[in-house]
Amino acid sequence: MAEPAALRRTAQIPSIAGVRLLAPTGRFILRGASSVIRAAAAALDIKLAARACRASHAQGRALLWLGPDEYLLLGAEPGTPPLTSRLEAALQGQPHALVDVSHRQTGLEVAGAHAVEILSSGCPLDLDMGAFPIDMCTRTVFAKAEIVLWRTAADAFRVEVWRSFTDYVARFLADAAREH
Amino acid sequence: MSTFRSASGGLIDRSRPLKFTFDGKVFQGCRGDTLASALLANGVHLVGRSFKYHRPRGILTAGSAEPNALVGVWRDSARYAPNLRATQVELYEGLQAESQNRWPNLALDVGAINALLGPFVPAGFYYKTFMWPRRFWKTVYEPLIRARAGLGRAPRLADPDRYASRFAHCDVLVIGAGPAGLAAARAAADGGARVMLCDEQAQFGGALLDNPAAVIDGRTGGDWLRDVLATLSQNPRVTLLPRSTAFGYFPHNLIGINERLTDHLAAPPAHLPRERLWQVRAREVVLAAGALERPLVFPGNDRPGIMLAGAARTYLHRYGVRCGSRAVVVAGCDEAYQAALDLQTAGVTIASIVDPRARTEGAWREAARGAGLPLQEQRTVLGTLGTLRVSGVHLGRIGANGQDVTPAGTVHCDLVLISGGYTPCIHLFSQSRGKLAWSEQLQAFLSGAAAERVRCAGACHGVYGLAAAIADGVAAGVGAARGERPADVEHLSAANGTLGALPAARHPRGKAFVDWQNDVTAADLALAMREGFRSIEHVKRYTTTGMATDQGKSSNLNALAIVAKHQGKSIPQVGLTTFRMPYTPVSFGSMASRTRGDLFDPVRATPIHGWAQEHGAVFENVALWKRARYFPRAAEDMHAAVARECLAVRRQCGIFDASTLGKIEVVGRDAATFMNRMYVNSWTKLAVGRTRYGIMLREDGFILDDGVVARTAEDRFHVTTTTGGAAGVLARMEDYLQTEWADLSVWLTSTTEQWAVIAVQGPAAREVLQQLVEDIDLAPAALPHMAVARGRICGVPLLLFRVSFSGELGFEANVPADYGRAVWEAIYSAGQGFGITPYGTETMHVLRAEKGYIIVGQDTDGTVTADDVGLGWAIAHAKLDFVGKRSLDRPALRSAHRKQLVGLLTADPQVVLDEGAQIIATPAQQCPMKLIGHVSSSYHSAALGRSIALALVVGGRERTGETLYVPMPGRDIAVQVTSPVFYDPKGERLNG
Repeated sequence: MAEPAALRRTAQIPSIAGVRLLAPTGRFILRGASSVIRAAAAALDIKLAARACRASHAQGRALLWLGPDEYLLLGAEPGTPPLTSRLEAALQGQPHALVDVSHRQTGLEVAGAHAVEILSSGCPLDLDMGAFPIDMCTRTVFAKAEIVLWRTAADAFRVEVWRSFTDYVARFLADAAREH
Repeated sequence: MSTFRSASGGLIDRSRPLKFTFDGKVFQGCRGDTLASALLANGVHLVGRSFKYHRPRGILTAGSAEPNALVGVWRDSARYAPNLRATQVELYEGLQAESQNRWPNLALDVGAINALLGPFVPAGFYYKTFMWPRRFWKTVYEPLIRARAGLGRAPRLADPDRYASRFAHCDVLVIGAGPAGLAAARAAADGGARVMLCDEQAQFGGALLDNPAAVIDGRTGGDWLRDVLATLSQNPRVTLLPRSTAFGYFPHNLIGINERLTDHLAAPPAHLPRERLWQVRAREVVLAAGALERPLVFPGNDRPGIMLAGAARTYLHRYGVRCGSRAVVVAGCDEAYQAALDLQTAGVTIASIVDPRARTEGAWREAARGAGLPLQEQRTVLGTLGTLRVSGVHLGRIGANGQDVTPAGTVHCDLVLISGGYTPCIHLFSQSRGKLAWSEQLQAFLSGAAAERVRCAGACHGVYGLAAAIADGVAAGVGAARGERPADVEHLSAANGTLGALPAARHPRGKAFVDWQNDVTAADLALAMREGFRSIEHVKRYTTTGMATDQGKSSNLNALAIVAKHQGKSIPQVGLTTFRMPYTPVSFGSMASRTRGDLFDPVRATPIHGWAQEHGAVFENVALWKRARYFPRAAEDMHAAVARECLAVRRQCGIFDASTLGKIEVVGRDAATFMNRMYVNSWTKLAVGRTRYGIMLREDGFILDDGVVARTAEDRFHVTTTTGGAAGVLARMEDYLQTEWADLSVWLTSTTEQWAVIAVQGPAAREVLQQLVEDIDLAPAALPHMAVARGRICGVPLLLFRVSFSGELGFEANVPADYGRAVWEAIYSAGQGFGITPYGTETMHVLRAEKGYIIVGQDTDGTVTADDVGLGWAIAHAKLDFVGKRSLDRPALRSAHRKQLVGLLTADPQVVLDEGAQIIATPAQQCPMKLIGHVSSSYHSAALGRSIALALVVGGRERTGETLYVPMPGRDIAVQVTSPVFYDPKGERLNG
């Protein structure tokens, strides 16, 4: 059954140059042994990256490596049983956990020539292309909030932040973006 | 142009005159000036009064080591910065500055009476004087000292400027952009490294800027500098940071840098922050911080017009300023001769070069002689003339033994240049925990064994001379880029400076200052040693030498040498005090950067927050959350609003936002096993579709957290925690899972923010929800108390709990967070015919207290067991183990004399006890009385028409029916011990 989109109220952010709020999407935390992750990737038609801290994606869906047995699945439409059913069917009999966190967090995109500087106002990681290349992703901090950071292009990052921290992160980004 | 400004030369722009005010008087300077150079160009040397004796003081240095010329600079009443070094303040049109520590004005300062009292204010004066009587400390001494303490004034308004922060990473961070630093940065960049180069000054170049005659590889220094800067600025892997002070060296090569972006601008653009705090993680650090010129210690060495020889050269070459017209140069080192020669060339009369050293043969002396400068060897300074400006120098002849001094005439002048040589600037190296090593050859402390990946280059490495410094810089840059260990350097130069006090008369005329900023004299140091202080750390604290905001940049080595001489020890035997951050003072704004005001902490709001705001909720902070505390109507106060909300829940229906409760999804084949180990309860037999109240203990057996846990599938639990405990409980669970029970097949995911939780409580709750809920039968038999079911509400997914924290029939509707607001509004609307009333946390607290339900953290305090609060029934003792189980067998935890949760009813039903109040058995006892418990929760209960309280009382349950007392100021309140369940003790309403 489709959910009534009109009832949905996502977290909001102020208008910031270089920062935009991404449309709602499906999010799942998938945990299990590497065989589980491989089976899930196959069911999602995603070719799994071989490295830690990498996002693997295809057809608008992405699997983000967050830990040795933890992935964030992005892009599955919320409330579409076919996808979760497909996943659960593929993982049948294998110990795993699949938890819907679609509404837990908000997606922001930080993009443009100053994206790295703006993010470096609160993120202590080295965001140089050599150290944090395209499709690298990790759980990290932005100021006093926990985020998941995914470099989607040389000058674009996706930031996943818990719903109630969205306002704080957005206002911090806005202040950092002011000088550019 | 003023008579002190040269017609050409230097780095200032004479075609861009700037007006500024100092102490209300308008002056003119040039673009490129500092406040200090502009004042000197106007012939102003007197710029401040000293901290303790209020002595007139001038400008001693040309850089950040300045101890004297501390000024207040402001743009408006909120933008006032005290204690800025005039030598670092860049001039802009309309700059306003004032001197400090003087009243009524700089030339006539009443506080100067301190100087006359000087003999009565020796080192340790405060320690000695304000010892007794003890009671005077608070009433007399402290207010007196406070009124006189401090330098400068703080602005009273909030700082309106913005401060930024940035993290950065690089392969090589070069600190200091003089010749050595520039060479190091270029060499490292050429080697392919990602380089950052910072310098505290506005312009890169360091000593090159003071040396127009410099020649490097056959080219002028200026050409070399332009070439290096062009190369660096064109390299995208190089970051150049002027006006940026590396102030702190933190573990693992983390360097704090304070960048000043707008202080030099007449009209700072609004989009720019005033300062930026950089936190730079560098693979390798090259310190090229240069060397600091030392003053000489002799009586009267602090008068305005007495300055460092190198500083006078800087003012001449960089700013085109002659600091006087007739100068005496007291040359404690060879470099001072160059200042004498340069100033003479610029038209300053050199009245005399006075050299205290025994052997002054060498190229510099020959050059001075050749230029016809009057040179007097083996002379010392016995005193100086003048008050607001030096007007002459009394000289003394040093005897053959190097000690005896006889008068040798007076030389009149308006400028005295002093130099005792250079001290390598090893502050940051010391901060990095690197060992300092004394060089006999250079008579200086240099970097020894490093604790971090850091190396020094140039003058701070003890490598002097332009060509040698550049070569050293190149070697450092290449080595750092390659990550090689620094090689030992061969020091070619030898010490030629002067340490400690100059030979003085037996009874000196005037104070010989060692530490200008804290007014510490050579006599103070001598006194400290006569009084028995030996360790340099003790001498420092007793005399306060080196403890001012300049941290003794110009004074430490001289102080050390004086102490060493008194004790008959060598300088390394005495040792150096520790260097600490910040290298120069850093503004509080920069330290806080964005972490202030709205961005001080995240403020977490629930999906229903906006509705609560629109309906007039009063909020309270719970952890980082904002929670609606109560919803006052019209003129209601909290008491009235809470009473109304309580009665609505008891009689009709209330709606409450419980979204902040922590939620953890525990999933996996071994989920029940894991839950059995984490919680005291048994979960094995909990059926799918049922919930249970769970209690979690710490290892020591005391309650850590509680919450309702639902089993939503064989292998899946939906665990709730307290609002404040959510993160801690999850971390603790993960800890056990990863370190103790890695064999369990179970995973944890925080779902706190996935769900909005709407509690609907009260006799009409079912009728309200029935209108909206689909796919769930709400009938008591189908969904009994402590059941859970999946369905839909308003067309969105619903996880519905039949639970109650109010004691009434209750439900908690969990819906995906983004739907929370819409579903809340729909329920509120459906409840209109049933008197539905939004209520807040305060009402929730009263309702649960009426039922005797505890709140972890309010009725427990980390020393309370489950049995203490009447929850012993929840413990599954038959389980093999769970966290805290073994501790429950400790005798102390089984004692009958533990504090237990009871109810208290005051004899006067209108009296509401204070939470936290102590409890005694009888007021008829001596103080200190035996305290047998405390009040943990206390409210007025509208449902009962009287006050109620929960308390933890020793052996409380045995005391039911007894009268105890709560002692309060002026009265002892009699209370009766009761059951903690005040309302509906049989719990029948739950099953409504």
